[in-house]
Amino acid sequence: MSATAYPAECPAGRNRLIVLMLLVPGLLALLCTFLLPMAWLARASLSAGGMTAFGSELTLANYRAALTDPFYWQVGLNTLWLGVTVSVFAVLLGYPIALFLARTQSRWRGVLTALAVAPLLTSAVVRTYGWMVLLGDRGVINSTLAALSLTDAPIRLSNNSLGANIALIEILMPYAILAMLAGFGRLNPALEEAAAMLGANRLRVFWRIILPLSLPGVLTGALLVFVLAISSFVTPRLMGGGRVFVLGTEIYSEATVTLNWPLAAALAMILLGIFSTVIVLYQRALRGLEG
Amino acid sequence: MQRVLWSGLIVLLYLFLLAPILVVFVVSFDTRNYLAFPPESWSFGSYAKVFRNAAFISSFGRSVVIGLAVSLAAVTMGTLLSLALVRWKFRGREAISFLVLAPFLVPHIVLAVGIMLVLAPLGLLDSYRGIILAHLGITVPYTVRTITMSLMAVDRRVEEAAMVHGAAPLTVFRRITLPLIRPGLIAGGVIAFLISFDEATISLFIVSVKTSTLPTEIYNYLEISTDPQIAALSVILILISIAVVIAVERLVGLRKAL
Repeated sequence: MSATAYPAECPAGRNRLIVLMLLVPGLLALLCTFLLPMAWLARASLSAGGMTAFGSELTLANYRAALTDPFYWQVGLNTLWLGVTVSVFAVLLGYPIALFLARTQSRWRGVLTALAVAPLLTSAVVRTYGWMVLLGDRGVINSTLAALSLTDAPIRLSNNSLGANIALIEILMPYAILAMLAGFGRLNPALEEAAAMLGANRLRVFWRIILPLSLPGVLTGALLVFVLAISSFVTPRLMGGGRVFVLGTEIYSEATVTLNWPLAAALAMILLGIFSTVIVLYQRALRGLEG
Repeated sequence: MQRVLWSGLIVLLYLFLLAPILVVFVVSFDTRNYLAFPPESWSFGSYAKVFRNAAFISSFGRSVVIGLAVSLAAVTMGTLLSLALVRWKFRGREAISFLVLAPFLVPHIVLAVGIMLVLAPLGLLDSYRGIILAHLGITVPYTVRTITMSLMAVDRRVEEAAMVHGAAPLTVFRRITLPLIRPGLIAGGVIAFLISFDEATISLFIVSVKTSTLPTEIYNYLEISTDPQIAALSVILILISIAVVIAVERLVGLRKAL
C-alpha cells in the first residue's frame, strides 16, 4: 500500500507541540475512565471499613474474608464451572455453523453470516428476556410439553443454573462463531481433496486435517467465551432468579445492596486475577499449538 | 443422506441461535399482563402500553442523548489519538498504543466497580457527566481501531500534493484527510453509539432514578415482572438496531466501514 512509503515521522520543534495536543484529550479520558478506576479498585480492595467510606490504612482483611469463607469458594467454583460449560457448549454448537459459513459457496453467504452474528446487535438484557420466555414455567417449552400432555408439572428450566447456562451459551455463541470463522482461513480444500484421493474417508479427513488446522480458532473462540462468561452478571442474575451465585452477581450485590465496597473491590480483583491467568495460559497453549 | 443430516444440523443450530429473538417477536403481540405462551389473542396492545410507559420513554430519551454525546466525544478523541499514533513516531508510542487497547482486556464488571469508586467521591454517581465518562472509556478503543485503519489506508501523496499547492495543514486535514477517513469515523461513531446504548453492566453500578438508561430500566423491570411489554420494547429496539445497520450500509458500505 502506498501509505507504507511514507513512514511516521519523528516530530521536532513545533510538531512536538502538535503531537502533544493530539494526545492530551484522549489520554486524559483514558486516565479518568480506565487508569484511575483500576488504581482505585486495587486501593479500595486493600482498605478497611466495610462500608462505602474507607480509611487510609492498608489491610488484606477483604481478601482474607473472601478466601476463608467457604461461600466464596463455592462462588468461585460456580463461576469457573459456568465458564467451562458455557465455553465448551458454545464452541461445540458454534463449530458446525462456523465451518458451514467458511466453506459455503451459496450466494446467501453474506446474509447467513449476518444472521449468525445478528444477535450481537441486540442487548444481552433483551436476549435474556427471550430465554425467560422460552424456559419459564409457563414459557414456550413447558406450554408445549403440557399441551402434548407429556408433563404434569412444568420442568424447572429457569430460576436455576441450568437456565443461566442455556441462555449464556446462546448469548455468547456469536463470539465463538466469529473467532472460529476468523481462524478457519487456514483451512485449505486442496489438502482435504488430497487426503480423500489418498483414500481417507470423510471422518478421517475431518479428524486428521480439518480439526487440527482449525484448533487455534477453536481455542480463541473458547477463550473469548470463557472470559465473557466468568465476568457476566446480568444473565446469571435474571435467569438464575437469585439462586445462581457467581462472582459477577456477588460483586454486584456487594456493591449495590450490601454496600460493602472494599469487599466488592477485592472480589473484582480476584475475578481480574482469574481472567488474566486464563489469558496467559491461552497464550502458552496457542504457542504450543503453533510451535 | 449425510448432506441432509448436515443441513438439518445447521438449521437446528441457527434456530437455537435465533430462538430468543423469534419468541420475543411472537410474545410482543400478546396482551395478558403475565408471561405465557402461545398468545391468547393477537394485538398491538403491548406496543401501545410501551408508548404510554413514562419510565421507558424518558429512559429511552436519556439513552439516546447519552449515546450521541459518547459517540461524538469518542470519535473526536479517537481521531486525535489515531492521528498522533499513525502519523508520528515518538517516545512512548508503543505504551500509548497498548494503553488505548487495554480496556479490551478488563471485564466490564471489574471496570464498573472501579468507575463507581472514582465517581462516588466526586458526586458524579447518577449524573449525565458520570455515565458519559464511564461509557467513553469503553468506546474510545473501538473508535481508535476503526479510525486508525482508515487513516492507514489514506494515500499520503494526496495530502502532500495539497500541501505543495499551498494549503495550510489544517485545510489539508479538513478538505483532504477528513473526507477520506469518513467511513472510519462513521463506523466508529455507530459502534460507540450502539455500545453505549446497549451497555447495562457499568450503568447498573452508577445510575439510579435520575439517569437510568433504557437497559438499566429494562433490567430493573425484569427483576420484578416479565410481562409482554418488555417483548414489545425489545422488538422496537431490535428494529432500531437493524435500521442503524442498514443506514450505515447505505451510507458507507458495512464492509468498508468495519
